This record gives sequence, structure tokens and C-alpha cells, in this order.
Amino acid sequence: MAEKLKLELVTPYKQVLSEEVDEVTAPGSIGEFGVLPGHTTLLTTLKIGELIYKQGNQSYYVALNWGYVEVEDDTMTVLVETAELADEIDLERAKAALGRAEEALKTIDPGDKRFRTMETALERALIRMQVAGHKS
Amino acid sequence: MPSLKDIKKRIGTVKNTRQITAAMKMVSAAKLRRSQDAVMAARPYSDKMQEVLSRLAQRDSGEEHPLLEERGKGKALVVLITADRGLCGGFNTNISKMAEKFIRENPEGYEDFELFLVGRKGNEYLKRRAGMKIVKVHEYLVGSTQVTYPTAALLGQEIIELYQSDDYDGVFLIYNAFQSVMSQELTVRQLLPIKPGEVDEEELVVDYIYEPSTSEVLGQILPKNVEVQIFRALLEAVASEHGARMTAMDSASKNASEMISKLTLQYNRARQAAITRELMEIISGAESIK
Repeated sequence: MAEKLKLELVTPYKQVLSEEVDEVTAPGSIGEFGVLPGHTTLLTTLKIGELIYKQGNQSYYVALNWGYVEVEDDTMTVLVETAELADEIDLERAKAALGRAEEALKTIDPGDKRFRTMETALERALIRMQVAGHKS
Repeated sequence: MPSLKDIKKRIGTVKNTRQITAAMKMVSAAKLRRSQDAVMAARPYSDKMQEVLSRLAQRDSGEEHPLLEERGKGKALVVLITADRGLCGGFNTNISKMAEKFIRENPEGYEDFELFLVGRKGNEYLKRRAGMKIVKVHEYLVGSTQVTYPTAALLGQEIIELYQSDDYDGVFLIYNAFQSVMSQELTVRQLLPIKPGEVDEEELVVDYIYEPSTSEVLGQILPKNVEVQIFRALLEAVASEHGARMTAMDSASKNASEMISKLTLQYNRARQAAITRELMEIISGAESIK
């Protein structure tokens, strides 16, 4: 069993992370799951949420948008549309987005197509704030 | 023989032109850098996605997904990506001609083709050609700034919707792939139905866990793949455009310089001739007085 897990976090804009890590916790679409070195091959979709990876005793947090993850041979490839590291998040902006989404949700009819969009925006803003909260 | 004044005017105009082309070249060079970086940054994502997808589709031949299914050879949609602006050499013409040729020669044997155009220049070229059916035109979609993923995602969703509702049996993407500053590669790629790449048999032995289920994972990844392909094509096209424009403007500036030196020579000769003539006149005048 390998000691370390290789975590690759890729978005369409850039390769965000490529690191040796000890443990990863990711927001799977049917529930949060953890991955340790030696994990069996797995492919699953992700939902909006926070990804936590550990190097030694240090934990790092990343806010994810929709994506999916593949684990194979101790390499964990995370393909997501957007990923923001805790340090990169602009808390003010996230709060503003949250406010906007809340406002919009109050006025839009739930049957509307835009309702779903705003709901996702709300979720994203919440996750961003949660991740930013972990900033040391 | 043009007069001195005329030549001087010409030199002035050419100098102005050179100034403009040189400036455009600089602008393109700066934009090229950025878009080139964007292309490079996007490649790992789309490559990884292809990899995952091929493995997934190979493993799972039992379950069919509408986007994977080979339909027939009826109507096909050609998505052509061109630039919105000109002055970039043969960039737009080449790709538009390529699309036209693709439709005329019809290597895949489809009965009919319709065009989905992204970019103003492709539309300008193709709307005047006979037998080209244009269903949709997107102009100034990319604009002068960077390509963003949501733009590509919207395009992708639109194309998937067209594919699923309007009875197209195939979708092809034609664009300029970025190779280097000097060269672009005209690329035709089948977008739909998705053709998974080949995977080594050996790799297939490994047991995979799919969550929530294979079909659901496929269902989410396949449309995503279309978006990513389009995103990448847009990025490549933009980078190629800037490269092509930079090269075109570079040679235009060179030509202008050449022309200026030729005109200057001509100007000096004419001036010399004028001086000589004046001298001759003075001398012959003085002679006649004697």
C-alpha cells in the first residue's frame, strides 16, 4: 500500500493542484466520502461542496463547483468547473453573491427555470463562505 | 513620372499604414500570449476528460446513452468557428473554405448538412455560397476578451438541444487548432455522437466502482464533454486568430517598410533630376546672354 495519494485538481482554466497528500474528503453526489492511499478504483460525480485534503496534520480546504472524480492507482483526479482555495476566496464577494441570490429567490416563482440557477448560486456562495471560514 | 509632391504624399500614407499595422501586431502579440496560456491551461482538463470518458464508454457498452448512440446518416450539423474580425491573413477564408469543401465532398456520407456558425467572418463567406443552409449564427460571442467557460457551456447546451430535438444524426466541429504562432491546423472533429477513444484491453481489467451508477455518471459526463470540447475549440480558435493576425500584420509592416524605401529612392531620384534640370536651365540661360 502506497504511503501517499496524488491529488490532481484540474479546472478548464488551469491545473489548480498537483500534490502528494495523505487523505482527501470530497463531496460526492450521494454523500461525502473519504479517500485514503490504496483506495480501489472509483469514478463518481461531485456536487457543490468543500473538498478537504490533509498533508500531515495540516488540512486544506477547497470550494468546488460541479465536477467528478476518478481514483485510480493512488492518483485522485478531480475535474471540476471551478475550484477555489480557501486563501483565494473573497469573502465580501461571496457575501454579496449570497445576498443577491437570496433576494432573487424571494421574487422568482419556484417553477421558473431561473429558480434552479439561483438556488445553485446560493449553494455556491454558502460553500465559499464556509471554506473561507477555515482560513487560518 | 509622378511629381515630387505626389511621391512625398505616397510615402506619408504608407508610413501611416505601417504605423497601424505595427501597432496591430503588438496588440495581437499581447493577446496571443494570454490566449496561448489559456489554451495550455485548458488542455489537461480536456485531455483528462477524454481519458475518463473513453474508459467509461468502453467498459459500459451494454448501456446506451443518447449521445453515444450511432444514429443514421441523415442530416448533420456543422459547427464552424471563425473570427469576428478580419485582417488576419487567410485565417477565416481557409477555415470557411474547408467547411465548404467538407460539406461538398461529404466524407462521412451524410444526406444533408446544415451550418451552425460561430463568428461573423464565416457567416459573411458562407451566406453567399449556394447550397449552404445556415440554421444559426452567433456573432461577437467571444468578443475581444478571453473565452469564458459559461459561454462555451451555453453553446454546448444549445447544440445538444438541437441534436436531441431537431433530428440531426451527427454534429461536426470545424475550427483552427493552435499549433504555433505561425501555423494553425484546420481541424474537423466529430462532436456528436461521441466517439470514445480506444483504450488498451489491459487497462479494462480493473474493477471500477461507479457512484451513483454507470448510466448516471455517463449522463452527467457526456454533455459536459461536449461543452469542454467546444470550450477548447473556442480557445484554440482565438489563440490561432491572434497568431494569424500577428503574422499577417508582421508581413504587412515589412511590406510597408520595403515600399517606403522604394518610394524614397524614387523620390530622391526625382529630386536629383529636378535639380539637374534647373541647373541646366540656368546654365543655358547664362550661355544665351553672352
